[in-house]
Amino acid sequence: MALIKKKLIVKNKQGLHARPAALFVQIANKFDSRITVSRGEEEVNGKSIMGILMLGAEKGSSISIEADGADAQVAIEELTKIITSKEDL
Amino acid sequence: MIELKGIAAAAGISIGIAHKVGKEELAVSRKNITEAEIPLEIQLFEEALIKTRREIIELQKRIGLEMGKDEAQIFDAHLLVLEDRMLIEEVISRLKQDKLNVAFIFQEVLKKYVSIFEKIEDEYLKERISDINDVGKRVLRNLLGKEKTGLSNLTEKVVVVAHDLSPSDTAAMHKNRVAGFVTDAGGKTSHTAIMAKSLEIPAVVGVENATVVINTGDTLIVDGTLGIIIVNPDQKTLDSYHVEEEKLKGATERFFSVKDLPAVTLDDIKVEINANIEFPDEVPAVKLHGGEGIGLYRTEFFYMNRKDSPTEDEHYRAYKYVAEEMNPYPVIVRTLDLGGDKFSSQFQIPHEMQPFLGWRAIRFCLARPEIFKLQLRAILRASAHGNLKLMYPMISGIDEFRQANKLLDEAKQELRTKNMPFDEDIQVGAMIEVPSAAMTADILAQEADFFSIGSNDLIQYSLAVDRANEKVAYLYEPSHPAILRLIKNVIDSAHKADINVGMCGEMAGEPSFALILLGLGLDEFSMPPQVIPELKYLIRSITLDQAKGIAEGALKLSTGKEVAEYAQDKLREILK
Repeated sequence: MALIKKKLIVKNKQGLHARPAALFVQIANKFDSRITVSRGEEEVNGKSIMGILMLGAEKGSSISIEADGADAQVAIEELTKIITSKEDL
Repeated sequence: MIELKGIAAAAGISIGIAHKVGKEELAVSRKNITEAEIPLEIQLFEEALIKTRREIIELQKRIGLEMGKDEAQIFDAHLLVLEDRMLIEEVISRLKQDKLNVAFIFQEVLKKYVSIFEKIEDEYLKERISDINDVGKRVLRNLLGKEKTGLSNLTEKVVVVAHDLSPSDTAAMHKNRVAGFVTDAGGKTSHTAIMAKSLEIPAVVGVENATVVINTGDTLIVDGTLGIIIVNPDQKTLDSYHVEEEKLKGATERFFSVKDLPAVTLDDIKVEINANIEFPDEVPAVKLHGGEGIGLYRTEFFYMNRKDSPTEDEHYRAYKYVAEEMNPYPVIVRTLDLGGDKFSSQFQIPHEMQPFLGWRAIRFCLARPEIFKLQLRAILRASAHGNLKLMYPMISGIDEFRQANKLLDEAKQELRTKNMPFDEDIQVGAMIEVPSAAMTADILAQEADFFSIGSNDLIQYSLAVDRANEKVAYLYEPSHPAILRLIKNVIDSAHKADINVGMCGEMAGEPSFALILLGLGLDEFSMPPQVIPELKYLIRSITLDQAKGIAEGALKLSTGKEVAEYAQDKLREILK
């Protein structure tokens, strides 16, 4: 079991919105680990599209993701790719 | 027998059985449950989720087959909401805590999310609210064990009665099972009206209380020509409408017999009868109905329902196809008319208080020259393959027309440097749909190659009436004396400068108004393909002098109602 936490800046020009948000949730759901995303005080379930959208994380905002479980390491790596990708997803 | 009045939205008569749909309020009562009942409620909830999931996947498959993959993608978002963990977990934890029935709790949780999303200023999230509501309703329906009343499972031919129909309602409908439409809301140009017209299904909209008075199973006569609904008619009325229905069929055959003949008056004056289209695959329908060209090719669809932006080649291929198919007949491409009621998700167009007076059409294009020039280059390139013209929407004065032309010159220069061929003499027109442009038509006519009157917007702006608001929709009068005078001014100014004037709004395809327009000197009429045969028949039944007399008579009248009645009388005389 591992608990990994990572701070990131949203690089995608759409922010964590629209397609990137949907992709984030789809990938998060592939893992067994509990995934939490927070921005400032707000903390939401990373496997929930409603949660992610409610964060309203635009390009340039700073967020942290936390994964707790056996596959936490891979989960964080994959999710980081989405958040820091500058390409259109 | 009850008679209801509404707005005639799509002509024709149909008789059928009423089927009420949509806007059903799902009444959810609040019930206390015991500790022991909690597992049972959770099980109910899970079963409802599974059933809903199956429904969505099935619908997605069907839409995918009928309308293509892009349309079906909407349902991916629905599945994501349905399977949302936060939502599910919150429902279950509140169920355990509050000890209330799951349907009530689910509805409360859903309301909470919708109200949070409503507060966030973001077009994308606003779209998601309708997804959440849509999914929520399905789940609730399954929780309450109610059969869905959606349009997708119509089995016999019915008259659809609804408060209003959204594009997604109609997308889920088997088109050959609908005999007519009746809605409480909407005006002549509402989504339902436009769709009914293109499907050639009679429709009456803006019928106050239709969903209150009419019950599923009632026999309905839908008179989409007069805007009348008769609920449970007596035998005598039914018989007379059956006769009327037959007569109408006869008239349609009469109109179709002239569809491939030119639109010339009895005294040999030729006018152009063209079609309005939005998609390239409408071209066969234009030819089938005898259209001689395209008077309005709308281009917004490139930008609707997608997250990325279309490429220049994508634009080019569509324009080239239409140009080649219609050659040697003209095709008038209208440049991007986004904003107003046509939104696109990829440009962050902020939410506006008065979108019709806001950042739309040419205003948007001039502010975003990279997007505008991409489209202009594509139109220019396609002009090498046929008789293509272009026109700018929402021109309010000569300045905007000049600015747009400057960007057009830049686009031409860019193509020349790349040695890409295009029609150097491509004609460039101005749409006349803002009153200020109609008033200064003499100035615009000095520089525009042609005019096309966009009557829908011209009427709405001149009469200060929101045509989608059923409370004021009655004020939307194409026959208003102010409109006739504006149109006369536009046509006279154009002819003084020796340029042609067309019209591509609904008015041009309304037979009684077309008489007046012909008399005022309109050169080109553009309309939905289905109306073309009737208009050709009409023009071939009258002399230009007769039409001029009718126009002069109309200009002397003082109210829109008088003009409309007068024009109807004249039409009856001619078609007798």
